[in-house]
Amino acid sequence: MASITLSDVRKVYPGGVEAVRGVSLDIADGEMVVLVGPSGCGKSTLLRMIAGLETISAGTVAIGGRVVNELEPAARDIAMVFQNYALYPHMSVRQNLAYGLKNRGTPAAEIARRIDAAAAILEIAPFLDRRPGQLSGGQRQRVAMGRAIVREPAAFLFDEPLSNLDAKLRVQMRVEIRRLQRSLATTSVYVTHDQLEAMTLADRLVVLNGGRIEQVGTPIELYEKPATSFVAAFIGSPAMNLLPAVRNGEAVTLPGGGKVAAALGPEVATLGIRPEDLVPGRRDDAAFTAELTVAAVELVGAESYVHGTTPEGGELVFRVAGRSAIAPGEGMMVSASAEALHRFGTEGRRLG
Amino acid sequence: MQENRPLAGLVAHLVLVLGVLIVAFPIWYTFVASTHSLQTILSPPLPLVPGDRFLDNYGEALVGGIGQIGGVGIGRLLFNTAVMATAIAVGKIVISILSAYAIVFFRFPGRMVFFWLIFITLMLPVEVRILPTYKVMVDLGLIDTYTGLTLPLMASATATFLFRQFFLTIPPELVEAARIDGAGPMKFLRDILLPLSKTNIAALFVILFIYGWTQYLWPLLITSDSRMSTIVIALRKMVSFTDADTPWHLVMVVAILAILPPVMVVVLMQRWFVKGLVETEK
Ligand SMILES: Nc1ncnc2c1ncn2[C@@H]1O[C@H](COP(=O)(O)OP(=O)(O)OP(=O)(O)O)[C@@H](O)[C@H]1O
Ligand SMILES: [Mg+2]
Repeated sequence: MASITLSDVRKVYPGGVEAVRGVSLDIADGEMVVLVGPSGCGKSTLLRMIAGLETISAGTVAIGGRVVNELEPAARDIAMVFQNYALYPHMSVRQNLAYGLKNRGTPAAEIARRIDAAAAILEIAPFLDRRPGQLSGGQRQRVAMGRAIVREPAAFLFDEPLSNLDAKLRVQMRVEIRRLQRSLATTSVYVTHDQLEAMTLADRLVVLNGGRIEQVGTPIELYEKPATSFVAAFIGSPAMNLLPAVRNGEAVTLPGGGKVAAALGPEVATLGIRPEDLVPGRRDDAAFTAELTVAAVELVGAESYVHGTTPEGGELVFRVAGRSAIAPGEGMMVSASAEALHRFGTEGRRLG
Repeated sequence: MQENRPLAGLVAHLVLVLGVLIVAFPIWYTFVASTHSLQTILSPPLPLVPGDRFLDNYGEALVGGIGQIGGVGIGRLLFNTAVMATAIAVGKIVISILSAYAIVFFRFPGRMVFFWLIFITLMLPVEVRILPTYKVMVDLGLIDTYTGLTLPLMASATATFLFRQFFLTIPPELVEAARIDGAGPMKFLRDILLPLSKTNIAALFVILFIYGWTQYLWPLLITSDSRMSTIVIALRKMVSFTDADTPWHLVMVVAILAILPPVMVVVLMQRWFVKGLVETEK
């Protein structure tokens, strides 16, 4: 159990690639922090610096109050779960779990006890004497988690652990990781580019962009009050509609189509509306209205996503519950209330 | 590929049987000749079934000491050759694994220089560097020693590259997982790399053992004492073109005895050998 503190951590790879450009973050004891961001934003690099697999170019990483910049991974008291499992192929599951403990000189009886406990939690007891090659992907992932658990480390580090699994198993393992992390109450850092995984797992979400932190907060904070248009576009599926706004005297117009009735303020550069906040039909109290021609309707089961284009060429997506009667080619009106409008300034910063 | 065409199967088997006959017949003929007396061999045609001189011929060759090769028993020669072949195979494997390990898993100054140095030695097989090597061995006083017989043949760029290629296929995450599990360089080598390489090692051992067993030029140069000679050299010395009374029955015995150890190595290691060639267990 330990907190993790990153202070202005930077990483410059040989060759001059600046992968992480000054990240400061406090992770509380027992907290699960998820790092999300687009490919190449430096998530893995940051995680690997915490793990000690990558040198830290500047700044400090402290685990449990101890600066670990110069420590070997094994001395940092962390355990890591990799995307491709990274199990030792020539060892049985039991030996895989025991290897790290053996190297630390844990007594055999204690190793056996921890393996039994982990095997019971993860339901891998029946495979303990098999090789990783004789397991399915999901089972291998469980073993990889088991290898992390038996160490009883100060922190778990996960680098996209579920990316190699099929969609159904991914959801199941996601729930399981969540449950496990709660019951063990071990500080965890979890890297993913899947925003659904991020939303459901995180106590706090960290959105990274180009090596910098874009926003830190609980998933719901990030969803309801994205600090930048980048976060707004990244969190939520389908993504938030972002409409460029142009100031025109006192009023603000949307060149992509749609009309705003509410006063947006002169600094607005982008207007954001979540797909579920757009409703079909015209309402008198609406702060935003737009005329659409339906381009496509996606039925995803419990709901449908309607993609439409404005006469000016802008694109809008909105969500309707259940099976929609709307057909492509149809013309319609959509509107949104004033509370549903997210306003972003010229730098992409949230206004108000 | 599983096909069920009886005719094709028959033809395939015929071709295989024919192939086996072509390969096996000379060996069988050698064996037959090794069990007849010199007179029988010298008066054609040679029978196709073994004669009654098996014990006499093999006994004479193994214990008696053969005049043409300085009166040394075949047992001694077999021992020399086995020592040489084993030392070369083991030496090559140990050195190649260690150098491939260094080149693949460590970042050190001059890494690429060493890589290219090893690469360049590929262009310098024993035959090319034989005179300077001989001079060095003479200066070091290593003529007629096992060290002199084996040391110059141990460095192997080929084996180093084989291991390098294999090591490169090991996912970097596996190395990182081992680091997190507290395995230092030696532990990683012993607990993870070597067990993963064992089929490769076995396959290479077979190939290198046979390479060592059949060495001719270097042992010929480096040994002058017949007691340090190898079986291949002895075989050559026994066949004299000027001397009419080459003991052909003993030559055949020695030939059979020279074949046996490599065959045994192949048979014993066959399972591993085939695995190493066809399987990538990961
Ligand atoms: N060993 C390296 N040498 C040089 N540049 C690197 C190295 N590893 C990563 N980078 C660069 O650093 C940046 C961040 O990489 P990183 O792997 O952290 O991205 P990521 O956020 O994990 O992306 P993904 O979601 O695709 O895994 C990228 O621009 C990448 O090209
Ligand atoms: Mg990554």
